[in-house]
Amino acid sequence: MSAPTDKTPKIELRGLKKSFGAKTVLDGVDLKVGTGESVVVIGGSGTGKSVMLKCILGLLWPDGGSILIDGADVSALSGRAREARNARIGMLFQGSALFDSLTVWENVAFALQRRSGVSKPEARNIALGKLAQVGLEADVGALSPAELSGGMQKRVALARAIATDPEIVFFDEPTTGLDPIMGDIINRLIVDCVRELGATAVSITHDMASARRIADRIAMLHDGRIVWDGPAGDIESSGNAFVDQFIHGRAEGPIEMAVRR
Amino acid sequence: MNFLAPIGRVFIGFLVATGRLVAFAALSVSHCLRPPFYGRSIGRQMIQIGYFSLPVVGLTAIFTGMVLALQSYTGFARLNAESAIATVVVLTMTRELGPVLAGLMVAGRVGAAIAAEIGTMRVTEQIDALATLSTDPYKYLIVPRLVAGVITLPILVLIADIIGVFGGYVVSVHSLEFNAANYLKLTWQFLEPLDVVTGLVKAAVFGFLVTLMGCYHGFHSRGGAQGVGAAATNAVVSSSVLILAANYMITAAFFGT
Repeated sequence: MSAPTDKTPKIELRGLKKSFGAKTVLDGVDLKVGTGESVVVIGGSGTGKSVMLKCILGLLWPDGGSILIDGADVSALSGRAREARNARIGMLFQGSALFDSLTVWENVAFALQRRSGVSKPEARNIALGKLAQVGLEADVGALSPAELSGGMQKRVALARAIATDPEIVFFDEPTTGLDPIMGDIINRLIVDCVRELGATAVSITHDMASARRIADRIAMLHDGRIVWDGPAGDIESSGNAFVDQFIHGRAEGPIEMAVRR
Repeated sequence: MNFLAPIGRVFIGFLVATGRLVAFAALSVSHCLRPPFYGRSIGRQMIQIGYFSLPVVGLTAIFTGMVLALQSYTGFARLNAESAIATVVVLTMTRELGPVLAGLMVAGRVGAAIAAEIGTMRVTEQIDALATLSTDPYKYLIVPRLVAGVITLPILVLIADIIGVFGGYVVSVHSLEFNAANYLKLTWQFLEPLDVVTGLVKAAVFGFLVTLMGCYHGFHSRGGAQGVGAAATNAVVSSSVLILAANYMITAAFFGT
């Protein structure tokens, strides 16, 4: 799954900026993600990882810079054009964000039913297929999301994210709130699903075990900028003080946590 | 001049909030007019907002109609004007108390529920998830509730009018010993279509206000359980106040000189 460097990147961020009031969250983020590549962005809590994803999805408006998908600027799209772009993107939310008024299979089939003229039984079949892909039996499909454990909810959310065979999939803290074993199961599923789709994946996490498992390439976000970017295998020998402090989880180092300010 | 700053800040905050609400309302209404429409969601909301409010609105109406008859009897008996009771009951119910009380009850029952549901969807990222699943949250969440509110409240109020008049009838006939046929005749005698129509117009406006405030506060809720709770409270308080203010304005527009 290595990146074809000679092509236009699938996703490119150029000098992406976003502030909330006086607080600058993203201060010129530059990031390129090649087609079929899996990039994991690591960084401490509150460093703007989620904000970055939400800007790419158009859920937040960036203050400056540009977002290019397949070489075309998408940062100013709205309405229908934005919907068309989001149709090519799947997203796994941190808290799963399943619709609790719908059953499991209706959640997975949600975009299918809304998007094109897919009939209800057809959508149900595709949804059950996707559920099987994440290791869930067909009878889970009739349950409501509230009846599932956290790990099962994550699986359903993963099935929903890949239901429409998107070209790009985002993973927001995929293992947060799961025990290490379930976390590893989810990580494996992510790797398998992304490989099967041939999709480009961007994940954000602060769980290093997850990052090592999922990533082709790792980028570290700190103070609103990418401070290191390289192949996943080089993370131990990055020579970057920020990265070293983060991956070894040390309180002392160049990263000052917000609590001290 | 520092003492002026807080006043200015409050005033600017008020203007910002008003502007945001108006922009939200305009965007929501514009989405009501443009496809795609989610017919099944509208149907589900009509059941939620209209049908399930019937018991509470009906109970409110019957007791209000009964107390109206009793109160106007004790008052009018001093002037030997007992024959006006039927007219007082029917006019008060259709013009004022039907729509206002139904509006307030629905604000408490439905406004809070809408704000809590949409607010929870906001803080658990379900609204963001909608946007990533090719679904406009305005169209999927807000339009069905607004449309259902505007359609079902007039129906609720019409039913409340009838139940309220019936409450007055029961008290007058069984407890105050009026002649039943005479009471019904008096009820019809001075009732004009405009009395009922203004009540229904009010109801439609109140339905819009209740669902709009519920959606607005839910949609903009922040910060977990506390934020959702605050959204529910704000939805009920603001829609109740707006109902009473709008009630005066609509009355003035129809009957003011």
